[in-house]
Amino acid sequence: MAAVASNGQALIELDTVCKSYNIGKPNEAEILHGLSLRIARGEFVALIGPSGSGKSTLLNIIGLLERMTSGEYRIQGAPVASLDDSALTLRRRSTLGFVFQFHHLLPAFTALENVTMPFLIRAGRVSPQQREHARTLLAAVGLAKAVDKRPAELSGGMQQRVAIARALVLDPPLVLADEPTGNLDTASSDEVFVQLRRMHGERGTSFVIVTHDPRLAARCDRVVELVDGAIARDEAITAVVEGA
Amino acid sequence: MGSSWLGFETRVAVRFLREGRLQTLLIMVGVAAGVAVIAYISALITGLQANTFNKTLGGQPHVSIRPLDDVVAPARLPEAGSNTISDSQPRAQRLRSVANWQSLVPALERLPTVAAVSAMVSGGGLALRGEATQSVALSGVELDAYDRVVKLREKVVDGVARLAPGEAIIGAELASDLGLRPGDRLTLRTGNVSETVRVTAVVDLGVRELNRRSVVVPLRLAQSLLGLPGGVTSLDLTLVDVWSAKDFAQQLRAEYPYRIESWQETNAQLVSALNAQSVSTGLIRAIVLVVVVLGIASVLVVSVVQKRREIGILRAMGATRGQMVRVFLVQGAIVGAIGSLIGLVLALLMIAVFTALVRGADGRPLFDIVLPLALALQVAGIATVCGVLAAIAPARRAAAMDPAQAIRI
Repeated sequence: MAAVASNGQALIELDTVCKSYNIGKPNEAEILHGLSLRIARGEFVALIGPSGSGKSTLLNIIGLLERMTSGEYRIQGAPVASLDDSALTLRRRSTLGFVFQFHHLLPAFTALENVTMPFLIRAGRVSPQQREHARTLLAAVGLAKAVDKRPAELSGGMQQRVAIARALVLDPPLVLADEPTGNLDTASSDEVFVQLRRMHGERGTSFVIVTHDPRLAARCDRVVELVDGAIARDEAITAVVEGA
Repeated sequence: MGSSWLGFETRVAVRFLREGRLQTLLIMVGVAAGVAVIAYISALITGLQANTFNKTLGGQPHVSIRPLDDVVAPARLPEAGSNTISDSQPRAQRLRSVANWQSLVPALERLPTVAAVSAMVSGGGLALRGEATQSVALSGVELDAYDRVVKLREKVVDGVARLAPGEAIIGAELASDLGLRPGDRLTLRTGNVSETVRVTAVVDLGVRELNRRSVVVPLRLAQSLLGLPGGVTSLDLTLVDVWSAKDFAQQLRAEYPYRIESWQETNAQLVSALNAQSVSTGLIRAIVLVVVVLGIASVLVVSVVQKRREIGILRAMGATRGQMVRVFLVQGAIVGAIGSLIGLVLALLMIAVFTALVRGADGRPLFDIVLPLALALQVAGIATVCGVLAAIAPARRAAAMDPAQAIRI
């Protein structure tokens, strides 16, 4: 299936990507079968599909957390297949932000420290300006008063908003979110989704969101549906109901 | 923006340790106990050895130079092609002087390894006071030079060490046996020669038999008493490094035709005992270190398993494998360093308890135990390095963790 044409500049391009596990063993299984996908700058894409369709595997490959078995993958035009682990890590640091299903904040650090962690990883220190930037982001997701709280003191929705602020703190061109509302009640889920859309609107960051929730998928700009490791549907959504 | 060395690693390592407080406490107590045992045993053995060393060698030179023994030369050389059976009886050794000792002393004093040289005349005699008679070992010395070799002045228990003509310093047991105190007179007799001397000081040489026999007199008086005018029976040397004595004696033997002996050769059994002690201490230290390393490693391995998700998140956020390795190495170093400090404090307490409780018959501590700063730093340094080494395996495990897998858990 052909990718949806985009007028924007290609941010990531996957070309006939295959991914197999347990290669050479009796239980070898191919999860992605020659999948091609192109995501332009500024797109807000929902990645949907039944369990076991390969959504998380695809997201991990896009996020440079897993290597593909074969195919081509380019980020901002540069191929990444041949990069070693260290180069992949640096690429991930500079290009990608992550929001995971289970919040995945560092429990030993406060909300503010979690958000500034990417600066600490990058340079070994956090400048006052960077700390201020993180505070602004936390305020933007409605957590101005929770900066010094530990994750355990925050609700699931609040934790996910901290994760969104953290994913955006280095201003990456692409944020990958793996079921960011999967563990939240409907109200919190809507709240988080509104924040994601707002950040997209304000900052022009591209988002790829894996979700099981058709209601949320319908509020994205584009929906890519995976079935059995291949793209079954890839279409733009014209009528977006914002702020529902 | 400049980067801060180990800023990320240190911050995360400290938080990980603080988060697992109980584990961190247990591991630090383990390190502290290990370091305390190592430091205490080391200080105890060092103190014990120093005490044994001082007691045994305090009155002995590091190297002594004496004339060669008289030997019996065969009366007739065996003829070529013939076998001769002969039997020679060893000669009785007469008191003889070290040849050319006056020129040898300044030559030895010029050597950088030599700290002090003292010429001595020694031989047997009798000490008489009233009805009492006691056989004694006479030593004729120049007091200042002799003091540099055997630190005689430090051993004075009564009186003031002085050796003007007609004066003598005697051992504590001898003073007791003959009822002598500083200022009292004593007659010394050898063969047909007798001299009366005044006791200036009583010394405790650390060994009862030495205290019972020792009489130290001026060099000239001993020469006169022992019939060796102008001669000395030995040159006693103190070296800068006591442990170099054996090699130095070997070197001197190659150059000079004298009987030259190091303290190690004269006290072979003591050296063996000290070596055995050192080996035992080394073994105990090594075993305790292994236990400490295994303790740190096992707790950190558990920590890596517990922190899989955090490791995955950090890796996903762009932390490199190297950074994750260093996070755990820094944890090992912190645990090692803080555990060492606590351990050193414990060792000092143990030393204080030992000194307070274990005392000799006279109520004084058996011997001095101190924890030298160099030893403390060495033990703490080794424990910290061991902490880092112990963290290597867990750290590599953390770095090898697949972030995608770790996050899914």
